[in-house]
Parts: sequence; structure tokens; C-alpha cells
Amino acid sequence: MTGALRVRVWRGGEDGHFEAFDVPRRESQTVLDVVTYIQRTLDPSLAYRFACRVGMCGSCAMTVNGKPRWTCRTHVDRVAEGGEVEIAPLRNLPVVRDLVADMREFFDKWARAKGQFAPTRTRADDFAVVKPDSRERREADAGIECIGCGVCYSACDVVAWNRDYLGPAALNRAWTLVNDSRDAGQAERLAAVSGDAGCHSCRTHMSCTEHCPKQISPTRSIAGLKRATMRIALSGEGDER
Amino acid sequence: MSVRHEVRLWVAQRATAAVLAFCVVVHLATIIYAVRGGLTAAEILERTRGNAGLALFYAVFVLAAAIHAGIGLRNVAAEWLGWRGRSARFAVMFLSLLLAMLGLRAVWAVCA
Repeated sequence: MTGALRVRVWRGGEDGHFEAFDVPRRESQTVLDVVTYIQRTLDPSLAYRFACRVGMCGSCAMTVNGKPRWTCRTHVDRVAEGGEVEIAPLRNLPVVRDLVADMREFFDKWARAKGQFAPTRTRADDFAVVKPDSRERREADAGIECIGCGVCYSACDVVAWNRDYLGPAALNRAWTLVNDSRDAGQAERLAAVSGDAGCHSCRTHMSCTEHCPKQISPTRSIAGLKRATMRIALSGEGDER
Repeated sequence: MSVRHEVRLWVAQRATAAVLAFCVVVHLATIIYAVRGGLTAAEILERTRGNAGLALFYAVFVLAAAIHAGIGLRNVAAEWLGWRGRSARFAVMFLSLLLAMLGLRAVWAVCA
């Protein structure tokens, strides 16, 4: 494969600008390959983030031609429009520099959604038995492959409108734990994911589900949380919060 | 604003949406059925006056609409105008009450 690809890359912070580069086309070239070529060959000052290059670590997500994507598994063939690609940092997150977004609020919200496992057993206890075909196990399985790339968070309009909104990934994580029969933190977790910042602000646009590179449906998880939190509405739990 | 209160508002909005879906269908079907061959104000009042069933149906319709609109506007105010807190709460509560009063007054006018 020959020819050149016209690439417009975001440079600077929030008030930065796009800078154009010409990158040689290669067969099976990914967007991450393009960014790496620019950094190693054309401009070593370009800042970006990656680690595994095989869709496991969730660190290379960027906005490619206006859509959030994992760049290591996104082929240029599929996204180039008229021989051009525009690459920007993830939306809905502060820009550190160039293509690097500040992921702190994204992961802080996982903690606020009580995304930590709260154990009920000690090492003296026997293994917990979780039947693979139980409803809870299957619900958890549907959401558990999240790699924390931030694509859904970047795609979500509710995050843009409401800065407190926990976002699809944190709520999806909470839902996998709600379905964990070994977990002891359910009342606290359901309170944490309710209300204005939580699952009830989801407008079911399904942008998260549409863009998730792992084909997870956070929308489905959030719908599950809405059902689960009905208990709070109908009982006295959560009054003090 | 407690978590329970927020969730209850959410449940109320979903529940009133279900009521509204039913009421709107009945309302539209009734209109389409009733206007066949023309309709006058006198004919409408002839059917609606003293009709307790109709009064009850439209009273439920009005209350569901008032509650649904209030909660919805509260969300719109928060997300699009950044207007939250006590003042926003009172404003939408006032609007809900106004809608309910105007609507119930209209129901009373055609059914009583």
C-alpha cells in the first residue's frame, strides 16, 4: 500500500489547535500506528498514551474523526474520510497536553459509585460457590470485560451536561458488583448510584453502548441499577444520605 | 435532597409517563371518533356535562401531566441552564401547581 494520509492532530491544552501531518499509508495500519509514526519520525514532542497495543489495557482511547475509539484496534481503512483523519483527545475530560486526557475524574467516579468489592468472607472460610448459569452471574458477566478506556464516558452527553454524573463505566462497574452475591456493600452502593449524579440521570441515548469497543452495554447495566434502586424509593433506606 | 426523594421523583415521572401514554391514546381516539361529520361546542358540552367518568379521566390526565412536566422541567433546568437547588425546585413546583389548577379548572368547566 502506498500514498499518504493527511492527519490533523490536536496540539496543546484545552485552548490548543489542530496541526497537520502527512503520514505514509501502510497495510493494516491502525490509528495508534499513525500517532506513533508522527511521534517517532515527525515531531518527538507529541504527547499521547498507550501501553499494550492489543486492546487490553484501555489507555490509548482518543477521538478519531469526531468519535471516541480505542486507537490500537481501529484500522485507518475504516475511519479515514477522503484520505484524512482527525485525531483529538477524549471528550468530556480535561486535556493534559496534545492527545493525553486527564483520566482522574473518570476513575474517581468509579470509587464514588462504590466500585470496590466489599468482602464478606475471610481466608478461613471455604470458597464461595457462584453458579455459572445463575441470573446474577450472567448479569455480571455481561459487564465485567470493561477495560476502563473511557470511550463510553467520552461518548456520553449526560456527562457533558451534568459534571457530577458518574458516567456509564462507573455505573456498569457498580452493576457487576450489585450482582456479586459475595459482596457486602449493596445498600451503600445503591445509594451512591442513585439520584442526580447516578443512574436516574441516564437518558438512554445509548451512545455508550454504541461506542463501547468491548461490546458491553452500559445502558443495560444502568437500567438494571434503576430497577435495583426502586427498593430505596419504596423503603426508608437512603433517607439520611 | 435525599437519595430516596430523588429516586421517588424518578419513579413518579416514569409512572406518570405510563398514565399519559394511556390517556393520550384514549384522548386522540375519542377526538377522531367524535369529530366525524363535524362537531359544535354545544354538542361537546352535551356529552361532557355531568359525565363523572369523563371528569375523572381528565382529572387524572391533568394531574399526571402536571407532575410529569414539573419533574421533566426540573431536569431540563438543571442540565441545560445549570439551574439547581431550592429556587429551581420552587419554580417547577409553582409551574406544576399552575398546570394542575388550569387543567382542573378546564375539566370543571366542561364537565360540571
